[in-house]
Amino acid sequence: MTSEAQAAAPVPVTKSTGHRLGITGREWRNLAIAAVLFALAAVVPLVGSGYVQSIAISIAIYTALATSWMLFSGPTNYISLATAAFFGSGMYIVAGGLDLAPYPVLVLLAGVAGALFAAVVGLATLRISGVYFVIFSLGLAELVRQIITWLQHVLGTMSGLYVYVDRSEEMFFWQLLALTAVVYLVGWWIGRSRLGFALRIIGNDELVAVHCGINTARAKVILFVISSTFAAIAGALVAPRWSYVEPTIAFSPFLSFQVVIMALLGGVHRLWGPLLGVIPFTLLWELISANFPAQTTLLLGAAFLLIVYFIPNGVVGLIEDALRQRGEWLKSLRLLLVRRSRDA
Amino acid sequence: MPDSPALTAHAVSKRFGGLVAVNDISFALAENEVLGLIGPNGSGKTTMMNLISGALRPSAGEIRLYGEDIAGIGASRIARKGVARTFQLVRMLPGLTVLENVTAGGVFGHARRWGQELNDYAHALLQRVGLPNAGDVAMTALTYIDQKRVELARALAGDPKVLLLDEWLAGLNPTELKTGIALIEQLRAEGRTIIIVEHVMHAIRSLCDRCIVMSSGAKIAEGTPRDVLADAEVIRAYLGTADA
Repeated sequence: MTSEAQAAAPVPVTKSTGHRLGITGREWRNLAIAAVLFALAAVVPLVGSGYVQSIAISIAIYTALATSWMLFSGPTNYISLATAAFFGSGMYIVAGGLDLAPYPVLVLLAGVAGALFAAVVGLATLRISGVYFVIFSLGLAELVRQIITWLQHVLGTMSGLYVYVDRSEEMFFWQLLALTAVVYLVGWWIGRSRLGFALRIIGNDELVAVHCGINTARAKVILFVISSTFAAIAGALVAPRWSYVEPTIAFSPFLSFQVVIMALLGGVHRLWGPLLGVIPFTLLWELISANFPAQTTLLLGAAFLLIVYFIPNGVVGLIEDALRQRGEWLKSLRLLLVRRSRDA
Repeated sequence: MPDSPALTAHAVSKRFGGLVAVNDISFALAENEVLGLIGPNGSGKTTMMNLISGALRPSAGEIRLYGEDIAGIGASRIARKGVARTFQLVRMLPGLTVLENVTAGGVFGHARRWGQELNDYAHALLQRVGLPNAGDVAMTALTYIDQKRVELARALAGDPKVLLLDEWLAGLNPTELKTGIALIEQLRAEGRTIIIVEHVMHAIRSLCDRCIVMSSGAKIAEGTPRDVLADAEVIRAYLGTADA
């Protein structure tokens, strides 16, 4: 501990440590890499078979959902199980509105509705924290599902709605890929903004956050709105592909859980973390549902337990640990060599 | 001495159910004054700090910062008006680097900075509290005392007008205590108004213009450190009997 000269006047320090104003060279490089990866991903449906296309679409859906989920829940540690509430709402706006408005307008409308819905929910609930928020968010999806079911009953329609929009599989994939790209860009922007910093502080210690002057309720609501808007738009984009929408499918709690599991598997402290969970999980899911169609839920539960137990920091955590170990190993190797050459 | 009161408390009380943690406390604090808040454990000192910083909402009474009532408006708004604090038990942000722990206090608070300017400012503050090279270190790698230093740097990052130090000097060795006291002296010389809760009487004597002694939530004495520490009731509150 240094205890001398502490009381001396502050000395201006000019050492630079990664500034946030302007885009650094490293950030340009990352943006370029991301652009190339997206371009490569866009080619997949053109070269792949129908089976590959359907898996690619699944991956795109869950990457958009898990990444936007992580935008809010990653830094704040508020585990939201409300994804299905927004995803399903987006679906129903498209399903219910196709007779009234063109599809692209409905997709936008789904985003706006998702944002408003999330703002109301967020303002009402983000003051509660921990397990109470988890349970509330789960209940929210269920509540919306019951309301829609009841509405359909009252309006005397069928138990579900048919959604006919003429789109090719490639087009579905590209739409979802574009949404994912927007999610990433927004996430990147948040990560380097004051808002993103505020959320990391909130996630670490909310009491400290308020004493730093952060309007914690506002920051959380803004992020919850952004995250939920993406979920609603994802629902709107997926609805025509499913062609038939009913409450049990659109508001399935299973979807909310899957999104959380995938994000946790990948890692929620890096923007690209959820992607590393979505890909293995989707492939594993294909394998399970193809080979053990009767035990899917059981195996999913088992997978969840194993993930939480063995890789609490996700795939990203594993990668970073490996890199760190490699770095330390290289460092000690270098030390050893230096010592050898000195001795010689 | 009092020019314009920087902070005033008027008949402030805080009840937790049947327990009255702070009972009808009033005081006025001039700008640039250092006030010591002392008393035995459980006498309500930290609760009083929590009421001023906004961590708790008073059950009754007024707290005014430069004439403006801040009682119950919430900690974030109070922080933005220029009140910063440290906590009795250090509250760090374990997932952030030491530098980020400091910059956290300088983005949303009273004085706001961002980018390189903020980082430079935070580095200078780290140097000032005695941790010149700790910026990139993980917060959890620091000793408890060093964490307290970081917490002070975080409080200073927003350039507060009023600084609340809750037992910030506790646990320092004699050398560190000396530099700690010198640092607080210097903060006062910059024009800040400071309230310190402290059990280190040596620090109280050398730093404070005035002291308020609390016991069971009530103010039992107020005056210069020398006077209140000689007060019979204060001695009784602290020590109970005359033989210790």
